[in-house]
Amino acid sequence: MSVRVQTEDFDIGAEIAALRKGNAKIGAIASFIGLVRDINEGDDVSVMTLEHYPGMTEKALEDIVAQAKSRWDIYDATVVHRVGRLLPLDQIVLVVVSSAHRGDAFAACEFLMDYLKTQAPFWKKEATSKGARWVDARESDDTAAARWKKD
Amino acid sequence: MIKILYFARIKEGLGIGQESIEFPRDITNVAALTVWLRQRGENWQAELAPGKALRIAVNQTMVAMDASIKDGDEIAYFPPVTGG
Repeated sequence: MSVRVQTEDFDIGAEIAALRKGNAKIGAIASFIGLVRDINEGDDVSVMTLEHYPGMTEKALEDIVAQAKSRWDIYDATVVHRVGRLLPLDQIVLVVVSSAHRGDAFAACEFLMDYLKTQAPFWKKEATSKGARWVDARESDDTAAARWKKD
Repeated sequence: MIKILYFARIKEGLGIGQESIEFPRDITNVAALTVWLRQRGENWQAELAPGKALRIAVNQTMVAMDASIKDGDEIAYFPPVTGG
């Protein structure tokens, strides 16, 4: 498992190569990249600043990956989340999952993103033409995470 | 001593990111600590107001308001998370 919080950009090719290196049992890799858009809630966004809770962030991400591993038949997962000052077009977050088959890889990848968005302590502040503002949590993110709850 | 951390909008509203305080007597859970902090003034009352979207972590794990706290704990107040 690799979980990282960093200011630097990431290279999905290098991350996938590292995750699958030498493991011929892997038959599927699913990945997701989140990007900074130049518009939110109808306003132009010029800068996105990400704050986090050092220590808890890494623990929360490791816990989310452990949950994914216990629920789906996956070999490994990589989560990279950037913090600090980002610009439109920049990459924010990467999730890569390896598995024998696509079903588990797709499901675990989506679960990881849904849980990350509601459980990992990151906060976005965006600079817009109307001034700086903290991004509000979305109810749709809670709904997306809730559908993974077990009965 | 307990360490209290504040993040994002709450940190800005309170003008403080972290502090260490003597563990207040008679306080046994997060709810009681929150009531105690609200007494510090208007901006504390506003940022930690009842009904306001607030998340709390004790020792870096998210908890409910009735979670117990003890001397030496690290408690954090923050708004709902918006990463990803």
